[in-house]
Amino acid sequence: MAQLRLGVLCSGGKDSLFSCFRAMQEEEVACLVTLVPENPESYLFHTPNLHLVPLQAEAAGLPLVSEITTGIEEEEIDDLSRALAVAADRHGIEGVVTGALMSVYQSTRIQRVCHDLGLWCFNPLWYRDPERYMEQLITSGFRVIVSGVFSAPFDASWLGREIDLEALSALKQYARDFRITLTGEGGEYETLVLDAPFFQRRIAIEESVYWYKNYRGVLEVKKARLEER
Amino acid sequence: MILLVDPGFRAGSLSMDEFVLPVGRIVERSERDWRCQHYADMETEIPVGTEGVIICGTALKDNGFLAAIDRFDWLKKAGVPVLGICAGMQVLCLVFGGTVREGCEIGMTEVHVTVPHPILPPPPSFQAYELHSFSCEPPAGWETLAVSAACVQATRDPHHPRFGVMFHPEVRNDRVVEAFLEMCGG
Repeated sequence: MAQLRLGVLCSGGKDSLFSCFRAMQEEEVACLVTLVPENPESYLFHTPNLHLVPLQAEAAGLPLVSEITTGIEEEEIDDLSRALAVAADRHGIEGVVTGALMSVYQSTRIQRVCHDLGLWCFNPLWYRDPERYMEQLITSGFRVIVSGVFSAPFDASWLGREIDLEALSALKQYARDFRITLTGEGGEYETLVLDAPFFQRRIAIEESVYWYKNYRGVLEVKKARLEER
Repeated sequence: MILLVDPGFRAGSLSMDEFVLPVGRIVERSERDWRCQHYADMETEIPVGTEGVIICGTALKDNGFLAAIDRFDWLKKAGVPVLGICAGMQVLCLVFGGTVREGCEIGMTEVHVTVPHPILPPPPSFQAYELHSFSCEPPAGWETLAVSAACVQATRDPHHPRFGVMFHPEVRNDRVVEAFLEMCGG
């Protein structure tokens, strides 16, 4: 069978971009697809630093399909369906790739939308061993920072911290002692990808602000640009 | 060694990550070795040292294996326990004389146990993850162990340790795979 043309659902975090990396090894990635919620409490689509996805798409040399979603739970599915239909129309995608790790809620809904549109659906990180995945992420050349924390015991120093082997070791400790998921699957932390093995250039943050209180905080990137690696 | 057979559209595809590796993790947690082989690469017999075979699932749109069912003839001679998951159950049914028809379920679904068996959670019912566009009519003589509102969810060959489950046990029903592994030698 010839390579499939795929669109990768992208939130800007490690899971969607690692899935993109894996998809590129097997198939042809034709575009990134992102949904920008009006409602910051989106059930399905993560919000911090979504505005940097266009810069990531540019860094990767991939076209981006970006659609607004209401962020209202039941309407999000229609918005997703619309975005994927646009991607199919504009870039001829035959399938979708997601970074779903263990969320049955998220994957069920995306599987249904793909089924209705006649698209393939791939979740290459599905039920992946968390430690192995995190190690692979670091060793394969991703540069990922923590862009939000939403759980004890994360302090403010985690905002903007790069997930390297040392940070991973701390996360493993937290996973043991505080029962967070190592990958942040439970929403304990959010990430932003600044560099990936398939990026032609990397993202440099020029200006950012953060807020933090009681184990909850967000690093908001105000200004960023692409630079040579 | 437990042999995980990938019925996906291409060897090493993204489907392998999604449907074979999670089963491999459960096998590893049971402290057993496993190896993955694509169905198109299977010989007429299973590899020496195979203690059990699990035929894994495929992506919802990936049903090419249905048109290549003769590539699974080795199943007739395999003397070890076999578990077919989703696509794997469809394969088992077709190889041993059952039928497959269109029938789609996606997401968590109530599964009713009709005949209690150690491989399944206890009766009366349990929640299971579904992802299939075809469903099965098991071969004549096979015992139906569980059903959903839509179709047969678990079946077994009463004369050989061969089991088919339509749901994906690697999602929230690991115990099904573990119970199967306990039946495998080694």
